[in-house]
Amino acid sequence: MNLDFTQIVTSIPYILQGIGVTLKIVGVAALIGFTIGILLALCKIGRFKGLKWFADIYTSIFRGTPLILQLLLIYYGTPQLFDIKVTAYSAAVLAFGFNSGAYISEIIRAGILAVDKGQLEASMALGIPYKKMMKDIVLPQALKNILPALMNEFITLTKESAIVTVIGVTDIMRRAYIVGGNTYRYFESLIFAGVIYYLMVIILTLIGKAVERRMRRSD
Amino acid sequence: MIKIQDLRKSYGKVEVLKGISTTIQKGEIIAIIGPSGSGKSTFLRCINLLETPTSGHIWVNEAEVTNPKVNIMKVREQVGMVFQQFNLFPHMTVLENITYAPIMVKGTSKKDAELRGRELLKKVGLSEKESEHPVRLSGGQKQRVAIARALAMSPEMMLFDEPTSALDPEMVKEVLEVIKSLALTGMTMAIVTHEMGFAREVADRVLFLDDGQLVEDASPTEFFSSPKSKRAQDFLEKIL
Ligand SMILES: Nc1ncnc2c1ncn2[C@@H]1O[C@H](COP(=O)(O)OP(=O)(O)OP(=O)(O)O)[C@@H](O)[C@H]1O
Ligand SMILES: [Mg+2]
Repeated sequence: MNLDFTQIVTSIPYILQGIGVTLKIVGVAALIGFTIGILLALCKIGRFKGLKWFADIYTSIFRGTPLILQLLLIYYGTPQLFDIKVTAYSAAVLAFGFNSGAYISEIIRAGILAVDKGQLEASMALGIPYKKMMKDIVLPQALKNILPALMNEFITLTKESAIVTVIGVTDIMRRAYIVGGNTYRYFESLIFAGVIYYLMVIILTLIGKAVERRMRRSD
Repeated sequence: MIKIQDLRKSYGKVEVLKGISTTIQKGEIIAIIGPSGSGKSTFLRCINLLETPTSGHIWVNEAEVTNPKVNIMKVREQVGMVFQQFNLFPHMTVLENITYAPIMVKGTSKKDAELRGRELLKKVGLSEKESEHPVRLSGGQKQRVAIARALAMSPEMMLFDEPTSALDPEMVKEVLEVIKSLALTGMTMAIVTHEMGFAREVADRVLFLDDGQLVEDASPTEFFSSPKSKRAQDFLEKIL
């Protein structure tokens, strides 16, 4: 068997630097996705038919087409339509942000609907206006319930982010691939990348569990 | 004062309130009694528009709440409501539960709201619980906090929908005591209840609902000793 991890040792720092790149994409995309998700969820449960429609169609499209297609459309398609240059990094962040926004909106919508109806009635009976009720009464309770699902989405995002490789972003995946090519040690470098992804996911899972436990304690 | 005129409410084809008219005077305490499904909750919830009446008119003081132009939020500020299931905000402390609406709705300063909140907590006997979250309270304590929360808005009137029905028997008394003490302050109240002894003792008037109709409107003495309608007689026979 031809296996020799020592061959990639000098390239390890180079691959490790990809962690920062990956985290930056995932972090910003998660923020965008979360913001879009809340807004879409509010549209979905709101009174305005037009907004509801828009939110439903948005979700349907982003969930119904491949993520890699959305990524390529944003990266190669946008400059063709509008005379602007999209960097690989911003294309990645936008594609992941828009895409996870669709998924997160469904999670949040379900979370809002799961909040006890009595909470809405008590708020209304106190004369609390809709916006404040959503912000201070409903959303905090909804978010607490859906924290595990949100964490899952975040983990998925971390793993899926590897496809930004195709537009040349030098994330963990891309770097492992490059090192593999230079050293002819694809197996070793890809396994190394796999270990990094796996450890990141484990750490995120642990963080999620810890946050959840802390929130439990507050009630 | 609350005036209700020919109030009707339908869910789809089913009419659950079939034309109810009555007037509740300032300071009056009304007990609303009737079999399950007779429309007691719906009646109460129409008063602060948690349910939208299908037809009829309701006035709270001078404002006609059934007039679409009236600001219903303003009306709700004046009408406090206490629910069977308490409906406290679980993510807030007891004191925050009480001060949230005065601060966010009425624009009371945090300091004043907390001062008043603590006063109310003292009144319902829960001063030492102000920093607890609702899950840490017993049912009776939760309901007393809920009453304090409603009172914090300084309402003109209070609505109670079976405030003791979700409680263990040993906690019913503490909540009824709080409501009684409130009665002594001259608060206008409408209370849906199955506690007949309480109704007899505290209410100025009993409304007996059956099948969406106001069947009797009488003083407690009259109602409990000599109910006029067959339906009220049957009902009382069953539960007493
Ligand atoms: N949202 C709703 N949709 C359809 N029907 C409803 C709704 N709310 C109440 N009803 C029906 O209206 C009728 C009156 O209900 P309501 O809750 O006012 O009765 P109630 O006198 O308070 O009964 P209980 O003593 O059990 O609380 C019932 O037949 C009930 O099934
Ligand atoms: Mg009821």
